[in-house]
Amino acid sequence: MIFAIAFDNVIEISYICSHNTHNMSQKTLLNSKEVNIILHRLACQLIEKHLDFSNTILIGIQPRGTFLANRLSQILKNDYQVSDLKLGFLDITFFRDDFRRNEKPFEANQTQIEFLVEDKNVVFIDDVLYTGRSIRAALTAIQSFGRPKSIELLTLIDRRFSRDLPIQPDYRGRQVDAINNEKVLVKWAENDGEDAVYIEVKG
Amino acid sequence: MKELSVNHLLGIKYINTNDINLILETADQFKEVINRPIKKVPSLRDITIANIFFENSTRTKLSFELAQKRLSADVMSFSSAQSSVKKGETLIDTVNNILAMKVDMVVMRHSSPGAAHFLSQHVKASIVNAGDGAHEHPTQALLDSYTIREKLGEVAGKKIVIVGDILHSRVALSNIFALQMQGAEVKVCGPKTLIPQYINSLGVTYEPNLIKALEWCDVANMLRVQNERLDVSYFPNTREYTQQFGLTNEILNNLNKKIVVMHPGPINRGVEITSDVADGNHSVILDQVENGVAVRMAVIYLLASKIKN
Repeated sequence: MIFAIAFDNVIEISYICSHNTHNMSQKTLLNSKEVNIILHRLACQLIEKHLDFSNTILIGIQPRGTFLANRLSQILKNDYQVSDLKLGFLDITFFRDDFRRNEKPFEANQTQIEFLVEDKNVVFIDDVLYTGRSIRAALTAIQSFGRPKSIELLTLIDRRFSRDLPIQPDYRGRQVDAINNEKVLVKWAENDGEDAVYIEVKG
Repeated sequence: MKELSVNHLLGIKYINTNDINLILETADQFKEVINRPIKKVPSLRDITIANIFFENSTRTKLSFELAQKRLSADVMSFSSAQSSVKKGETLIDTVNNILAMKVDMVVMRHSSPGAAHFLSQHVKASIVNAGDGAHEHPTQALLDSYTIREKLGEVAGKKIVIVGDILHSRVALSNIFALQMQGAEVKVCGPKTLIPQYINSLGVTYEPNLIKALEWCDVANMLRVQNERLDVSYFPNTREYTQQFGLTNEILNNLNKKIVVMHPGPINRGVEITSDVADGNHSVILDQVENGVAVRMAVIYLLASKIKN
């Protein structure tokens, strides 16, 4: 666990609230180097638990969890020689509990799970854990593909204290105490041009 | 986030190209859902849908019902044979009585053109037209487009010939609108008596010769000879129709290319299409039926998301 540096400490961000209330203000939570260190630590933590991944399936939650899932699978394959890695993507749109409660309808994304999850150890991968409702939907959605032996949750950012449901991550990149008018933005080089995590405060 | 421009699906002519694309893209996701070990999603748990069929139907009614059940909606279905319509109740009364039971959406098939449109203006519910006389059958056209897109990559630029009774066919009219909106070219073929007089005004050309039409097209949509709608004699007899407009394996094998053969069903085997064509490798008839469920799920899901609590 060479990369297991103590990154689980909580960031205090309350001071941003004193900024101009009409504009958006942004603070960098993680830069590209820090994101990279965290990704390697998470990969190592997965290996520690799942060894050769022969009975494990990584599931990226659509849409934003797919970037993290792809990154982790690349790191596991290239840097840690995990050869037999099964990766899928799960769309939870039709399983959400806020259908017709939102102003705009939700756009569905592609689900890509080319294997049964029956009796497998499933790891859900998402970028930000906030209310826990997406993961609740994912827990229901995955049942359509069989009965997994176990389900774990890996998130890059854990927004502590904002949970609506009793759901906690098994692997977390960084924990933050963002309050409700703050937004956590996770950027990926392949999609947004850079690896970084920002906290944005709405005025 | 995209949404439909309409609150009802009354016909293809009332929606736009963006709506068609949104429905077909959403149907892609539902096609994946209905091929899972568990083929159901909970989205429409709090929606109740009534299927009212004043005209006979097997495929469409079952397809709609299955689509609704796969979305977890509560469903009730009735057909006019068992209903109070036979006792003289009006359409609006029938539907309003159903709506009094807190129904959010009505899927209706009726023999009068414009029945769905009429209903949408008089009752408070989302209306889906499942066929109104010889007017429109929008979900059939959408599933046909979906199938063409699936088999040939896209609809734009493709050449489609619709063969048979164009005059009485709601499938033909909805297909013409949908295909043209997506940039396809459409020809019709069939006995002159069964081609509407002003078909050219729709931007559609008429080809009286089946072989020539097939040589031209990428897709042939073979319509059923609707004996129940043929009140007078439009062609001498079915044998003569089959000789001129029936599709056989021999004709298909003599073409210099492979075309896609579609049929909205139910098939009159040996009349508009022979058994070996219907069951052969040109035919996508059963794909159409499978896609029908996915497309109807998409239509119902997208309309339901516009129903406010």
